[in-house]
Formats: sequence, C-alpha cells, structure tokens
Amino acid sequence: MQLKKSNSLRQALAVATCGLFAAAPTIHAEGEIPVGKWEIDSSLLYYSEQDRVRAFEPVVRATKQITEDESISLKVVIDSLTGASPSGAVPLTTPQTFTSPSGNATYTTPANTTPLDPTFLDTRIALSLDWTRPFGTDRSIVYQAHVSGEHDYTSIGAGATIKQDFNKRNTTLTAGFAYNADTVQPEGGVPLGLTAQPTFPAVKTIAGGSDDKKVLDALFGVTQLISPSTIMQFNYTYGRDSGYLTDPYKLLSVVDLGGVPVQTIYEKRPDSRTRQALYWRGLTSFGKDVLNISYRYYWDDWDIKAHTFDVRYRFDFGSQYIEPHLRYSIQSQAADFYRPFLRQGESVPFASADYRLSEMTTNTIGIKYGVPLKTGEFAVRLEYLQQTGDDHPAGAPGQLATQDLFPDNKAILIQVNYSFFW
Amino acid sequence: MNLRILIVALLFAVFSGCAGLERVQPWQRGELARKAMRPDAYPNDAFLDEHVYFSKESATGGQGIGGGGCGCN
Repeated sequence: MQLKKSNSLRQALAVATCGLFAAAPTIHAEGEIPVGKWEIDSSLLYYSEQDRVRAFEPVVRATKQITEDESISLKVVIDSLTGASPSGAVPLTTPQTFTSPSGNATYTTPANTTPLDPTFLDTRIALSLDWTRPFGTDRSIVYQAHVSGEHDYTSIGAGATIKQDFNKRNTTLTAGFAYNADTVQPEGGVPLGLTAQPTFPAVKTIAGGSDDKKVLDALFGVTQLISPSTIMQFNYTYGRDSGYLTDPYKLLSVVDLGGVPVQTIYEKRPDSRTRQALYWRGLTSFGKDVLNISYRYYWDDWDIKAHTFDVRYRFDFGSQYIEPHLRYSIQSQAADFYRPFLRQGESVPFASADYRLSEMTTNTIGIKYGVPLKTGEFAVRLEYLQQTGDDHPAGAPGQLATQDLFPDNKAILIQVNYSFFW
Repeated sequence: MNLRILIVALLFAVFSGCAGLERVQPWQRGELARKAMRPDAYPNDAFLDEHVYFSKESATGGQGIGGGGCGCN
C-alpha cells in the first residue's frame, strides 16, 4: 500500500501562521493539533462488490503533537474480507468443478458463469508508526515503521522521508525511501507455476510452504506555492519488487480448438518488477470552494501503462461542505504475460489471467458530506466504481467467443469519518 | 532514455515555472492555511482509496511510499 503523503505543507503553514501571529503563538492553521494534544482520526469503511468481495475496514489514527515541529502518529487498521474473487479460469457452457486453494474441498461454477473462488475469507491487522522530527534548518524527517499480518501473508517495513523547505517556504523538496519484507504462506503451500491443478482429492505439487517478497520504494517530490490561493505538488516514485510476485490462488484455463478447458493450471509471474509513476496535483480555492485535481502516469517493466485522473470540488458552506468526486483510470496496456486463457500445446515462460493485469478502465463517481466541528470533523462518503474491460478478446476460439470474458466489476464504498482533539 | 528526458523536462518545467512565480508572502497565506487546502488534509480517505485501488488495479504509487504489503495484489 502507498499511504504516506507530504506533511511539509502543514509544517510550512504552521510556521508561516506562527510568523503571521507572532504575538499570539497559540493560534494555529485550521486543523493543526495544539502542542501536547492528541488528534484521534477514525474511519469506518464498508466496501461491497456485486456478487464478489465485501470488506469491512475500521481505521484509527492517533497523532500527538509533541512540540511545534515534532509529532508521533500511530495507526491501527483491521481489514475483514469475505466473498468470492475471480479465479482466472474461463467460463464454460456446462458447470465446472475446481479444487479449493487448501486442496481439501471443491466448488462448482454454474454454466456460462465466470469462475469465482468462493473461499475468499481473510482478516488483516496492520499497525504503523510515523515519527516526524525537525532536522536542521527548515528541514524535517519522518521515520516510518509498519507491520501487518493476515493468515497467509505478513509484511514488515520501514522508511524515512526528508523534507526541505526553501524559497521562504514557498517550495518544499521531498525525498523518501521505504523497504518492505513480506512473506506469503498460501493455503496448501506455494504451487508450482504453470503446472496442473489436481482434481480433489489429489494433492498439488508444491514448491514449499512459504516464499518471500521484497519491495523497495523511493520518492522524489516538489511542492510549490503558486499564488495565495493555489498550490501544486509533483512527485516521481520508483519501486522495485523482487521475489514471489505470483498470486498463488490464481488459475488459468488451457483450452482446445473449441475453447473448452482441458486443464486448469496455476499462474506464474516474473520474479521482479520495476514500477515508476509521475504524479501531479493542484489545489486551488475559489472563495471558500476548493478544486483538487490530480493526474498520475504509471508504467512498469511488465509493460503495464496507466493514466489516472482525479477531480474533487468542495462546495464549502462554512458550517458544512459537499464534495463531488470523479475518478477515471485507464490501464492502456496490459502486462506482457497477461493471457485470458492458454491454447493447448502452447508453451510460455509466464502467464496470468488476473483481470487486474489486463487493459481495463475503472470509473468512480462519489460524494462526500462533511461537518467541521470545533476541534475535528464528521464526514460521510459514498462512492460507486465500475471496472470494464475486453468482454470478447479477438481470436477467442469456439465456445469462448460466446462467453463474456470480462464481466464488469461493480462496487460501492461507504465511509464514515469522525475526528477530534483529545 | 526517453524516460530520463521526460523527467528532466518536467522538473525543468516545474522549476522554471517556479522561478517566474511571485513569492507568496507569510501574510498572504490565510487561504492556504485552511485544512481543505492541504494536500494531506484527509489521510484516512487517501489511505482507504489507495488500499481499494491497490487491490483492484495494477497501477500504484505517485502519492507516497511505505505503508504495508498485503496479499490482496
């Protein structure tokens, strides 16, 4: 996950505000936590896909402002998932039976239906700590540490981000690094990629009980005040993943000339990935209203390319606000090993039918309603998202030509926020 | 190589644009001091959005780094 954003403006503004009100140092920029106080920022998310995954996710972030320039923030997240997830296998005109990931049971997919693995059930707990300290003149450093665990995946990581203000605090340069060491312990062991999934009660051949993944991330950014009502942010991020990057639960159908699956195999992805992104964000106010726009261009050495646009407009009525939101994201190029199915006799080094690696579009529309309180805020957010892709890829043989190979994924997101000082 | 040129060009555009900007003085920052004008005003919203899209799309990054891995992608 990518969570940490620049805190530098907050600090720049705190200092600026203190300079402005030098005779009254207790006055803070709006939302600033008074020294010695805690801010408790809590959220509750309900996420539900049509016929697929449901998630319930509380988040509590507690931040203590130790001094004007030093703070510590602890975040706890519990992520509870249930439901079904596309396995990667193709639909067929007759029902199909698959072995569950644990290898101890089977499930049957009805005719002409995208196979969904119904055993998707998990609870993840994550803890993270941020410690922000002053570090020389107009400079601060944020130390980050986190740990998370779920029944088949653990992650531990640390990082540091340095921010340097200059140009009378009109400009902030940011540089950060983070490192994650993850371990995946799939149910039933790590399957051998591109080998057949055995039919229950036969047991799959495994490469081992667990495998590792390492993630290195770097960020370089500039935040610039453009005018008394406009601010812009520009970031470049670089990420390098290595180790076990395959999804141990995803499958792939091998089909004959009639498009009928003759075998179901485990997917296999390369063991390294280099990710890069350019990100731009602009915030500008029109009276009380605020326009917040961002654009990201993403590319990686799996050949995936994506453009993401995000627009929010805050209609601010003083005692309350309404903020419509639109997001448009297009994966304009698929991973070079993305294959919705394989043909019998075909030999490939890597293959995955995971729809998230394909060309696709995600559209989101949402609205947020918020009520600023004396020392915090209450807000409710509602969003609807829809993912669409290539339903009928060219060259799909036989019965596959009549199947919807990319059924739309539709989801709603409801979130309640409450924050206060303590 | 093209990528390096693109990055350098973008950085140059940002900095050359900045050089031509009139500096915003401390007493002009009333508007910028509002919570709604901070890029990180709602960290929980940003975190949850990132978490949802990280598990539903391939593209990640740009806004920040660190956090934690999950088996969702």
